[in-house]
Amino acid sequence: MQLHPDVRISVTGGGTGTGIAAMINGTVDIANASREMKPEEIAAARANGIEPVEFVVANDAIAVVVHPSNPVDHLTLQQISDIYTGKITRWSQVGGEDRPIVLLSRESNSGTYVYFLEHVIRLGEKDNQALFSPDTLLMPSSEGISAEVRQNPNAIGYDGLGYVTPDQKMIAVARSEAGPYVLPSVESVNDGSYPIARPLYMYTAGEPRGQVKAYLDWILSEGQTQVARLGFVPLLH
Amino acid sequence: MIAGRVHTTPPRWGEFFLETLVRILGVSTIGFVALIFLFLLREGAPVFVEVPLSNLFGRAWYPTFDYFGTLPLILGSILVTLTAIVLALPLGVASAVFVREVAPGWAREVLKPLIEVLAGIPSVVLGFFGMTLVAPFIRETLGAPTGLTAFTGALILAYMALPTIISVAEDALDAVPKSYRDASLAMGATRWQTIWRVVVPAARSGIVTAVMLGMGRAIGETMAVMMVTGNAARMPLTLDSLFRPVRTMTATIAAEMGEVAQGSTHYHALFGLGIILFVLTFLINLAAATTMFRKRQRGGLR
Repeated sequence: MQLHPDVRISVTGGGTGTGIAAMINGTVDIANASREMKPEEIAAARANGIEPVEFVVANDAIAVVVHPSNPVDHLTLQQISDIYTGKITRWSQVGGEDRPIVLLSRESNSGTYVYFLEHVIRLGEKDNQALFSPDTLLMPSSEGISAEVRQNPNAIGYDGLGYVTPDQKMIAVARSEAGPYVLPSVESVNDGSYPIARPLYMYTAGEPRGQVKAYLDWILSEGQTQVARLGFVPLLH
Repeated sequence: MIAGRVHTTPPRWGEFFLETLVRILGVSTIGFVALIFLFLLREGAPVFVEVPLSNLFGRAWYPTFDYFGTLPLILGSILVTLTAIVLALPLGVASAVFVREVAPGWAREVLKPLIEVLAGIPSVVLGFFGMTLVAPFIRETLGAPTGLTAFTGALILAYMALPTIISVAEDALDAVPKSYRDASLAMGATRWQTIWRVVVPAARSGIVTAVMLGMGRAIGETMAVMMVTGNAARMPLTLDSLFRPVRTMTATIAAEMGEVAQGSTHYHALFGLGIILFVLTFLINLAAATTMFRKRQRGGLR
């Protein structure tokens, strides 16, 4: 904004689904997304005469968080999947206190929700039809999740690394029981050792031109320092 | 005669014009309601064709994966609303009795406007209050796994329905003729007996209306409910369901409407929920209107 005082950017919140729906309806220049557009969404955009172009602008780890007083500090992907499908219902089953587990998730319009379902709950298996347990609390915002995790020792939640505040405890995650158990961080995402990491996307309506192009060029170069400052993982060059 | 006719014709035109205008305005209000319902039907009806009824009234609501079971949402709304009324009814009627029958004149003058101010608190403020104070309190005192429960939602809703219940019930008590009270006291009844055996039963239908209106307010409430009930689409059938999370129809529509692609099955399903909600509130209002109509027919008390 300081470099280009003549350009006005208005940003609207929601979730990935909200942004992609707006892109399909032709009301935005750029849609941010935390998952890839689905083939039917691309088809819908094309039907409206819009050709979405994909850019990977940053990487992100999805952190699994619990209350700071919870003694559990590491889980395997299989255990997290069993917790979220309702097969494991008490913390004592994964080495914690004898407490019930309260499942927290983002609303289903969040790209994080879809990514977590496909890559953690279904363990990335295409024919796996597992779903979130119906007991999962769907919170309308990241703040809703952190507020509940902060105050409820029974809670388990997940969210992008950039949203995790210091008063929540992150869980070290392993692909299998053999380990290693890795905490999410910029390093563990870049070297591929943290298992729940994903790219973040920006979609433009058609090949970017003019100011939109200048903005994307900035994001992919200098903007990466901002990516790191906000707690996301910058792209490797 | 002729002169008279000449005289009265010009003002009649003005009258005719005004009368027509008022009539158009009056009818258009009904017209708008009808149009809204038609819009709701047009957007929501397709879901009853697109989704098999066994799925639509099934137990699983995962709209992203084509499970459109509305049953947990309908039951969730009903559970939260009924609990709210059970909590608000005794409090509301007792408050109305106090304000109308017991409180001295000056206290009534202070209490009535205060109760009306209560109705003006934005629901999002109550929701925030519920999320940060009531929910942790409920988790700690009742030992529920989480404080975001149907009961928390019902507490907040009861608080929101109270002003409606109190003012309408108070009006109903107010309409009980003074002669009833005088007669009762003259027969030797105490003040307490007069209130509970004569005045309240005489105002019964008005109190029923108050409860119906409060219920209509509670079932349609969205923001506060979304913030405190936890929004888990589980079937509230077990005994402990009141102290477990639920998801209501209103919260579902509000949370999901922003993301759906227009014209998709999910979009139609959300409008379908709107239709179900509309029918439920319509039935409640109809019940309220019938009780009001019946007592008017009896020619007795308002």
